[in-house]
Amino acid sequence: MLIIGIDTATMQVSVAVGGHEGVLASTQSSRGRQHAEVLTPSIEFACKQARIELSEISVVAVDLGPGLFTGLRVGVAAAKAMAYALDVPMIGVPSLDLLAFPVRFTPRLIVATIDARRSELFYAFYRQVPGGIQRISDHQVGSPDDLASELMASGEECLLVGDGAIRYSEVFEGLKKCEIAEEGFAYPNATSLVMLAHAQALREQWVKPWDLQPLYLRKPDAEINWATRPGV
Amino acid sequence: MTTEENSQPYPAGMRILGIETSCDETAAAVVVDGHHVLSSVVSSQIDIHARYGGVVPEIASRAHVELLTPVIARSLIEAGIQDDHVDAVAATVGPGLIGALLVGVSAAKTLALVWDVPFIAVNHLEAHLYAALLEDPEIELPVVVLLVSGGHTLLVLMEGHGNYRVLGSTIDDAAGEAFDKVARYLGLGYPGGPAIDAISMEGDPQSMQFPRAMLNEGYDFSFSGLKTSVVNYVRRNPEVHTADVAAAFQEAVVDVLVTKARRAARDHGAKGLCLAGGVAANSLLRERLLDACVADGLRAFLPSRAMCTDNAAMVAAAGWYRLQSDGPSPLDTGADPNLRLVSTLS
Ligand SMILES: [Zn+2]
Repeated sequence: MLIIGIDTATMQVSVAVGGHEGVLASTQSSRGRQHAEVLTPSIEFACKQARIELSEISVVAVDLGPGLFTGLRVGVAAAKAMAYALDVPMIGVPSLDLLAFPVRFTPRLIVATIDARRSELFYAFYRQVPGGIQRISDHQVGSPDDLASELMASGEECLLVGDGAIRYSEVFEGLKKCEIAEEGFAYPNATSLVMLAHAQALREQWVKPWDLQPLYLRKPDAEINWATRPGV
Repeated sequence: MTTEENSQPYPAGMRILGIETSCDETAAAVVVDGHHVLSSVVSSQIDIHARYGGVVPEIASRAHVELLTPVIARSLIEAGIQDDHVDAVAATVGPGLIGALLVGVSAAKTLALVWDVPFIAVNHLEAHLYAALLEDPEIELPVVVLLVSGGHTLLVLMEGHGNYRVLGSTIDDAAGEAFDKVARYLGLGYPGGPAIDAISMEGDPQSMQFPRAMLNEGYDFSFSGLKTSVVNYVRRNPEVHTADVAAAFQEAVVDVLVTKARRAARDHGAKGLCLAGGVAANSLLRERLLDACVADGLRAFLPSRAMCTDNAAMVAAAGWYRLQSDGPSPLDTGADPNLRLVSTLS
């Protein structure tokens, strides 16, 4: 089984190819808002490095978000097109899971965070379990202060990871028992994506291209304004 | 044998998959050799955006992600393509809404990579120019194309494939935008073009006279003053019939469009006049342009209504011509929301 992982949900674009033998090749690029330009050549490059043909891919995995809407859609649109063209199933993995996975070897509470702009974070809580991580909360959107009070109330030792915690580090640095993981862990990546997707693929937990939905966690502004318009 | 193959890198019978996601239509089509349409699937989001009175970019982008794969699948099935294999993939890369464009560009480049066929970046405006040719491949050049939509109002002299000159454009609102704004003001709903077209049938266009901005100056257009005149007129005459206002407004827009298109054709020795873009579906505009062509001895090219509004068949057609002239586009192509129409032979 060969899995390709596509991740464009944050400032980074990353692609990885792997399977039973682990990850065979991966690419990572941080050219900011150039997701569409970078992604297709990255896919080509990763396959070349792994010495595989695209036609050998048996599962397409994609970072589902939450993240930056426009970047996220570039990856999801590409992944859906690829799965459709190859006639293979898809596996979507939330971006916050991808952040928590590389820092799993800690007994502490893991708090994955992504900068959601507008002074807010996307975040969720995780714990280490044998062979991986388990999400123990919903995906949430809230201000850094909301999250800080939640952490204070829990009183648990925790490890914060992701560009959200780094951007608002002054809010979390004051908290006792809280540590922020270093910059190297700030973004989700396709290597974790392939590894997490592999575990799901073994259990055949996949979806058809048209059933896969990105995780936006926020309604479009126009819809919010419409719902809260005067007289309703 | 080999030399022949080299001189004709793209042999006849080329099936091109076109993809269009620049605004609020998710579309895919398969066209052979730039003119033979095997399928053209358009999934319109008009109903989704209607309550907001216009296209909401974030909502449009989300809908494209959801609709694009099924729309592509349907276009291939309707084209009778069993092995999911086409000879090239063309997609609109601009102008349009950036988030919406990126969905189509990203999917199209991926398909080209997986199928190992050329990717072709297409200019949406050029695609509109090719819509008329698609239904009339025998078209005799040069022609003057009047491209009128919600986002654009252009008069283009087309002298050859990829060889065109923008003679004039709007200095403020696009024609379709003026229709939408006036329709909203008159309470006729969204989209404004079809609403005004329909109600105008019951109105008297001569019951009032609205200004024709810049009618005798050059080829540029201006519609924002016309909208203001309509608003002022209705304020002063609250009892006026909406159908009469709509008819007089439409008359003024069409009068300006046709007068300038006709003059452009005469000044540049065009053999015909061609309509393109969503507003080209307007009944009065079609009628008047046809009358003008008959009077001036020009050929009229009026694409079917389905070919006027955004669709992917025109993208696949334009892509075929682009491939002949420029070859494939690189896979690191992005989208350009402000892409302009420039001649390749300037
Ligand atoms: Zn258009």
